[in-house]
Amino acid sequence: MKFPSFEYACPASLADAVALLSEEGDAMVLAGGQSLMPILAFRLAAPRLLVDLKNVPGLDTIKISAEDVRLGARVRWCDIEKHTGLSAAQPLLAEAISHVAHYQIRNRGTVGGSIALADPAAEMPGIAVTCDAEIALTGKLGERVVPAAKFFLGAMETCIQPDEIITEVRLPLWPSDRCWAFKEFARRRGDFALAGVAVFYDVDANGCAANTHIGVIGASDRPCRLGSAEQIINGAFLDATVIEAAAEAASNEIEPMEDHHAPADYRCALVKTLLERALTRAMA
Amino acid sequence: MLVKFNVNGDTVEVDVEPRVSLADCLRDVLHLTGTHLGCEHGVCGACTVIIDGEAVRSCLTLAVQADGATIVTVEGLSNDNALTPLQAAFRKHHALQCGFCTPGMITTAHALLTEEPDADAERVRDVLSGNICRCTGYVPIVEAVLEARAAYANPDKADAS
Ligand SMILES: Cc1cc2nc3c(=O)[nH]c(=O)nc-3n(C[C@H](O)[C@H](O)[C@H](O)COP(=O)(O)OP(=O)(O)OC[C@H]3O[C@@H](n4cnc5c(N)ncnc54)[C@H](O)[C@@H]3O)c2cc1C
Ligand code: FES
Ligand code: FES
Repeated sequence: MKFPSFEYACPASLADAVALLSEEGDAMVLAGGQSLMPILAFRLAAPRLLVDLKNVPGLDTIKISAEDVRLGARVRWCDIEKHTGLSAAQPLLAEAISHVAHYQIRNRGTVGGSIALADPAAEMPGIAVTCDAEIALTGKLGERVVPAAKFFLGAMETCIQPDEIITEVRLPLWPSDRCWAFKEFARRRGDFALAGVAVFYDVDANGCAANTHIGVIGASDRPCRLGSAEQIINGAFLDATVIEAAAEAASNEIEPMEDHHAPADYRCALVKTLLERALTRAMA
Repeated sequence: MLVKFNVNGDTVEVDVEPRVSLADCLRDVLHLTGTHLGCEHGVCGACTVIIDGEAVRSCLTLAVQADGATIVTVEGLSNDNALTPLQAAFRKHHALQCGFCTPGMITTAHALLTEEPDADAERVRDVLSGNICRCTGYVPIVEAVLEARAAYANPDKADAS
């Protein structure tokens, strides 16, 4: 498999990168290349120009502050894995990202690339939606910030404009006593999950769950929250009966796609089991 | 495009089209055919090389992206005089049969053990999950990598060059 012919640019600033994307209608951003290269190898895209972000400064930092956690677009899976502060500051993120891809791919694949790709089974978009993250983009008209819930439009479809570059993903503050869990099922470690669930809730003064967020990946054309299951958990004191009811509601709420990996019924059953396990774990 | 990088200790300059993968550049331009191509889309791991100390898939990296980098291929992990500890362990445990996956296994294991000489069996399996072997059933490969750890804990002995 050989890539189609293209030109390559390696701009040294964000402004130059945006200028190249705006001038050249048929350009694509290159980050880790771990998805773009296979896309080019299969000739699913044939851009005239690749704009490599590797020399654009400031995109590879992880910033933890009192308000939020900011992941630069070029932060790689291995950077998240090795970061010493993230497992306390964003434990759900750290756990979910430990499931992404294989060793060699983790050394190059990036947060921004995964968000831009919008694979329905990818962990990072799922965490962004579950955690109410914001995605910062810079284009020729300047910067805009889009909530994750509005960012993903469908399978491999986002609201990014051709001249825009993702610069940062911002995750809101995470209280240290929050209950959480992430569970996914993949045929082989590091492969894309058949489905996965991310869960968190806070415990109120009466010991009941509040502010429940339940996100699911691999179960529809984009990552989404499961409102009916969240409603069952909110205000409840978690026990096996509540968990069973929420998991049942979740599997009724989703309308999974059917593909050669698994039929829709299987994915419904899988989401139910994963949510049961996740809630049981979160409560423990 | 002119690209300059260091491969196995030698600085080389090549003139390649941007669309040429690092794997094709190594094999076809530099004639370093030890790096194998199995799938050419990132799933098999046979093409693994080490760039600036990190194991990466050379089929998913453009040669032009490697400008200025230091690259180690499987050729750079051998020694004219004797088997390296990793090679000796692969031989002892029959960790290869046809040998097609072996360059990727060796480069991946070398990168891992250089950084984590105390990697346990679970970690070794986790890391090697990105490399497909159609022959061995993986058990001997994991055993070989575990055995080679001792040499990496003592860096003088693991020196492959
Ligand atoms: C074998 C294999 C297994 C994998 N398993 C998983 C998995 O389990 N889970 C998972 O989530 N992923 C998985 N991946 C995908 C991997 O995580 C990718 O690295 C990631 O999805 C894309 O990141 P990248 O930096 O490589 O992006 P690239 O491949 O460089 O780019 C991907 C797309 O995003 C665009 N883009 C990149 N950066 C930006 C930016 N800053 N702004 C705007 N657009 C941008 C590109 O133009 C392109 O369209 C796997 C990949 C392989 C090859
Ligand atoms: S040839 Fe690169 S991963 Fe298969
Ligand atoms: S030894 Fe034949 S593929 Fe691994």
